[in-house]
Amino acid sequence: MKVSILQFPGTNCEYDTQYAFEKLGATTQIIWHKSESIPSDTNLLVVAGGFSYGDYLRSGAIAKFSPVMKAVTDYANSGGKVLGICNGFQVLTEAGLLPGALKRNDSLHFISKFHHLKVINNNNVFLEKLNKNDVVNIPIAHHDGNYFIDPDGLKELEINNQILLKYTNASGEAQNPNGSVDSIAGICNKEKNVFGLMPHPERAMELILGSDDGIKMLQGFLK
Amino acid sequence: MKAIVNISLKAGVLDSQGKAVHHALDSLHFQGVNDVRVGKQIILKLDTQDKTQAMSDVTKMCEELLANTVIEDYEIELV
Repeated sequence: MKVSILQFPGTNCEYDTQYAFEKLGATTQIIWHKSESIPSDTNLLVVAGGFSYGDYLRSGAIAKFSPVMKAVTDYANSGGKVLGICNGFQVLTEAGLLPGALKRNDSLHFISKFHHLKVINNNNVFLEKLNKNDVVNIPIAHHDGNYFIDPDGLKELEINNQILLKYTNASGEAQNPNGSVDSIAGICNKEKNVFGLMPHPERAMELILGSDDGIKMLQGFLK
Repeated sequence: MKAIVNISLKAGVLDSQGKAVHHALDSLHFQGVNDVRVGKQIILKLDTQDKTQAMSDVTKMCEELLANTVIEDYEIELV
């Protein structure tokens, strides 16, 4: 299992992501954004979190024009598995690989804390090792995590089982930290090979640091 | 020629910054403010003097980069 992890100027979660996947037994490689290709043996491509290009203009807006993004789009369009975490999710929506957009949090504050998430759909390679309605405890750390999609788009997501995770409290009841439409924390594309979420499973890999629920999530990709 | 691009959240997309500013104006007892929208302005200095060309170039810039048309509207003014 080979995981390639994208690194833009301002990315800061690439080493956490590397640690997480290596802990699960994968081999990893960090790919600088100037690269025009991704390794041909890549089984999963991760767009890691951080503040690519300082979040200038909009989060993810400039990263989408990095040289490597053409290869990412080709990889995704040919069925390759892509996971965008936090800023990576923002990059994937900006690049049009995932529907919707991430707006400034309703509170206008940067939010950094553990938050519970409920599994909404698990008929995809990412969450298939979890059950529907399972609740996991995963850190969130974002300023622009307020997921927006118009009512027609939301209907599409629901019909195609594209909503992966919603923000909840510990008992799985809706609790919305940032104003996201329908408390959505993560989605996938219609083809179910491109995944994006604002929470950071790679930061929940050790019980001693608060939670290891990230293991259950990320190991879905390890076959 | 200069192009002034005004970008704001679409009608129907909640503008949290606008709401916070509105609330602050209320706290300062400014009366008669019905709504506040906060946007951003991007000013471009262009080589061309051709308005049609400029409008078509800047529209393309807005669609590709300057605005995220999922959530934002843009207006272009040439001066």
